[in-house]
Amino acid sequence: MAILEVQHVSKSFGHTEVLKDISFSLDKGKVLSLIGSSGSGKTTLLRCLNFLERPDGGVIRVNGETLFDAGDRATMKEGEIRRKRLHFGLVFQSFNLFPQYTALQNVMLAKELLEKEKTDYKARKKEIHKQIEAEAGNLLDQMGLSDRMDNYPHQLSGGQCQRVAIARALAMKPDILCFDEPTSALDPELTGEVLKVIKGLADQETTMIIVTHEMAFARDVSSQVIFMDGGRIMEQGTPAEVFENPKEERTKQFLSRFTNQ
Amino acid sequence: MTFAEQFPIVIQALNTGFLQTLKLFFVTLLGAIPLGLIISFGSMSRFKPLSYFTKIVVWIIRGTPLMIQLLIIYFMPGLMGNNIWGGGESGRFLAASIAFIFNYACYFSEIYRGGIQGVPKGQEEAGLVLGMTKSQIFFKVKLLQMVKRIVPPMSNEIITLVKDTSLSRIISLQEVIFAGQSFMKGNMGIAGVIWPLFFTAVYYLIFNGILTVLLGRLEKKLEYFR
Ligand SMILES: Nc1ncnc2c1ncn2[C@@H]1O[C@H](COP(=O)(O)OP(=O)(O)OP(=O)(O)O)[C@@H](O)[C@H]1O
Ligand SMILES: [Mg+2]
Repeated sequence: MAILEVQHVSKSFGHTEVLKDISFSLDKGKVLSLIGSSGSGKTTLLRCLNFLERPDGGVIRVNGETLFDAGDRATMKEGEIRRKRLHFGLVFQSFNLFPQYTALQNVMLAKELLEKEKTDYKARKKEIHKQIEAEAGNLLDQMGLSDRMDNYPHQLSGGQCQRVAIARALAMKPDILCFDEPTSALDPELTGEVLKVIKGLADQETTMIIVTHEMAFARDVSSQVIFMDGGRIMEQGTPAEVFENPKEERTKQFLSRFTNQ
Repeated sequence: MTFAEQFPIVIQALNTGFLQTLKLFFVTLLGAIPLGLIISFGSMSRFKPLSYFTKIVVWIIRGTPLMIQLLIIYFMPGLMGNNIWGGGESGRFLAASIAFIFNYACYFSEIYRGGIQGVPKGQEEAGLVLGMTKSQIFFKVKLLQMVKRIVPPMSNEIITLVKDTSLSRIISLQEVIFAGQSFMKGNMGIAGVIWPLFFTAVYYLIFNGILTVLLGRLEKKLEYFR
């Protein structure tokens, strides 16, 4: 069953239409790679899914629940958006870690603030804190950062920062984890360690949408590929279909830039 | 009178004067720190008329000498037939406080604005996608980063404020320089001596020395992150 359904989503900034009639669906436990040249709207699409931008048209459904429907104002209530956001996680190109917190604190912060709002928090404070700390520790462990938990972001390499950011997103247990060019800000030698971690998540059947320019990685890790061009989905299918047998001329042109390198 | 006889008399007068300097200093900080925040919100407002108005006021206040502002605020009500300040030292202090608070609030507001806008947008977005509320993001994520950004420029302004308090001499507020100067004209049987005026500098130096150390420590404390 599709965990995510996106139907006819459109978005304009002023007079420029940045997303045009975007429709796709994604099954639970699968990985979708979004590829396309600069300015094709990949980031904007991820930002719409994470409620950082509001689409002008279309519907977004997760697990059958309509999170957003441009035709239904009731789906845009400010108070609800926060809860809806938690279906998605987003890992940014530039990490955006909180500099004043250690790696461990970065992973714990949002979860703790969320728990604090529950009525029984005061009584179970210590217990809850311990549990969140243990979970955060496990996540960092999984990211290969068990010896870096008490370091501040400025004491970490870019690759380590990005792995902390991935752990931080995972801590909120999103249904769908989105990545916006997670390795573009990294030196080539640090790219591998981050891709390895994402591959590990794919093997554990984490549902993910990955915007990337790493074509070999996209082919290897994803079960579904979308090629975007000028705000439109030009082509979508399995990696074999899109990479080996692209139907559209634009896709061929785009891919040839990578194979010719 | 010998120097040894003059000394305690002068010190006593300078102490009283410096107490007034300190009072003006702390009252200004206490008023300008929160007022500056309000003004910075005004200048960042998305309601354009408010932001333009605020920016123009800030431009005027920062673009003209504090001394003019002091003179206008102190003398204008009286010249217009309604001396709201009343007479005497307490009236002068009130007028000086208001001029200083308003002037410094305008300077602080620009520093705050830089601090607030200097926190990258990505910080807020990272908080939002993690399900944090705007107020949680402000208090738990952005505030400390803003404070870190504003401490160095605020330290400069605060040190300048210590010295600027002497401008209130122009409306005869009896601060430390007024006290030091009085012994040139003649006061308590001492006249025509310059050393008390030199001595007022010692007060400024010591107080600014203490402030520099304290603010430096605060800056150091925030160095654990970048
Ligand atoms: N906030 C905004 N206001 C106006 N225009 C925007 C805004 N954000 C994005 N755009 C425009 O929308 C288009 C799509 O941008 P987007 O960032 O989604 O592309 P992208 O596919 O992620 O590109 P890249 O590979 O360079 O990251 C671009 O033309 C961009 O200039
Ligand atoms: Mg992008």
